[in-house]
Amino acid sequence: MRFYEYEAKALFRKHRLPLGGGEVVNSAEAARAAFEKIGGPVVLKSQVLSGGRMKAGAVKFADTADEAAAHFDAILPIVVKGEKARSILMEEKSPVDQEYFVAITWDGRAKQPVLVFSDMGGIDIEEVAEKHPDHVSKTHFSSILPLTPRIAKEAIGATGVQGSALNRLTPIVFELMNIFLEYDLTLAEINPLARLESGQFIVLDGHIDMEAEARGEHKALLEELGIGEDETRQARPPTEFELAGARVNAVDHRGVAGNVVEFDGNLGLVIGAGGGSLTLFDAVRKHGGKPANYCEIGGNPSVGKAKELTKLILSKPGVEKIAVMMNVVSNTRVDIVARGVVKGCLEAGKDPAETIAIFRIPGAWEEEGFKILEKYGVEYCDRSVSMYDAAGRAVAKMA
Amino acid sequence: MAGVFIDVKVSAEIAGDADIARKLEEVCPVGIFAAKEAGVEIVDDNLDECTLCDLCLEAAPKGSVEIVKLYEA
Repeated sequence: MRFYEYEAKALFRKHRLPLGGGEVVNSAEAARAAFEKIGGPVVLKSQVLSGGRMKAGAVKFADTADEAAAHFDAILPIVVKGEKARSILMEEKSPVDQEYFVAITWDGRAKQPVLVFSDMGGIDIEEVAEKHPDHVSKTHFSSILPLTPRIAKEAIGATGVQGSALNRLTPIVFELMNIFLEYDLTLAEINPLARLESGQFIVLDGHIDMEAEARGEHKALLEELGIGEDETRQARPPTEFELAGARVNAVDHRGVAGNVVEFDGNLGLVIGAGGGSLTLFDAVRKHGGKPANYCEIGGNPSVGKAKELTKLILSKPGVEKIAVMMNVVSNTRVDIVARGVVKGCLEAGKDPAETIAIFRIPGAWEEEGFKILEKYGVEYCDRSVSMYDAAGRAVAKMA
Repeated sequence: MAGVFIDVKVSAEIAGDADIARKLEEVCPVGIFAAKEAGVEIVDDNLDECTLCDLCLEAAPKGSVEIVKLYEA
């Protein structure tokens, strides 16, 4: 769940990270008043969840109150990557001497948080890593053992930063690491973190993503920031297809057949089980397949729910076949899912044998499920075929 | 709409028994049986949700309820 910049900064302020003066404004008059309050040149930034504000012209500088008011009117209607501004953040314009990059995210392979630091901030970090690898450090740290500022200091020092800058950056980076862990974040980023001409360090822009499952744990913080329970805060607004997927899931309390994400491929996916959906999605792509969607099924969804999900995926333009694949399941019944997907095909007016490229769900009640699949001529496999190979079989049928 | 995978048959002997109808409605986890004044009614829309738990077979006199797996026919 992504935070708006002004919310990320409110969290940073709570943790005493250095920030310049500024406020959120919702009218040209308020922009004029904010300019007078800040008392000098300002920057106006559209508050959207996606990136690309600068390119879209949704970030502007103003030297007078009139200019600030005019910029407010100009920026507010700008749509950035399909998203309208929630409000405008006005901050004092800071004379920057050098920009740094710092981010903490989760490294799934290492199963640890990773701190990424660069003394070349303000620009695309991937580009810096490629062209100037000696200016980027990556430091893994434990999410269980106590944190120490030394970890931050070594990460910063690895990019060649030393002396006063090293000493002043260390507590900022260290606090960001604490914030990352305390609030179950998946991303805590400051870019740029600037050294001003005065020598002061200041956070110019920040990004925060919180693990969606942790919302309940941090209800107090979210209330403090004014983030409503109904705000999904995805990186982009959900598509009609995704909203329809959520409705399918909400109709029935039994199991999960949701979290549908739309892609533009031709192979529909009915996938899930203990990380299986991610593994299977990657496997399909590895084999050169083009997924039409991502989804998660599990927890023994009803026949009706599996059926409606199947019909939804088959209704998506460009979908030719579906692959029904899961890890070995113990809390989802194979026969129930088999009934759901076969019935979904039939109600969509399609032949299950032609439409289901592969059915690979081994586990509870599989013998019963396989009887159903045999009756309808659907190709299926048991646990002797890996998820990777099953994905390969499905992709091969798309040729 | 009749089931694609499952059919449930109730014998004429118990079909009009209100007590058995209530029992069947109570035990079925997916709402296949509805207890009406005239006895038990099958809810066709729920037939394919049958989990094959056999609770209905235990709630009714032996042989009076039959679960048919249409995919085995």
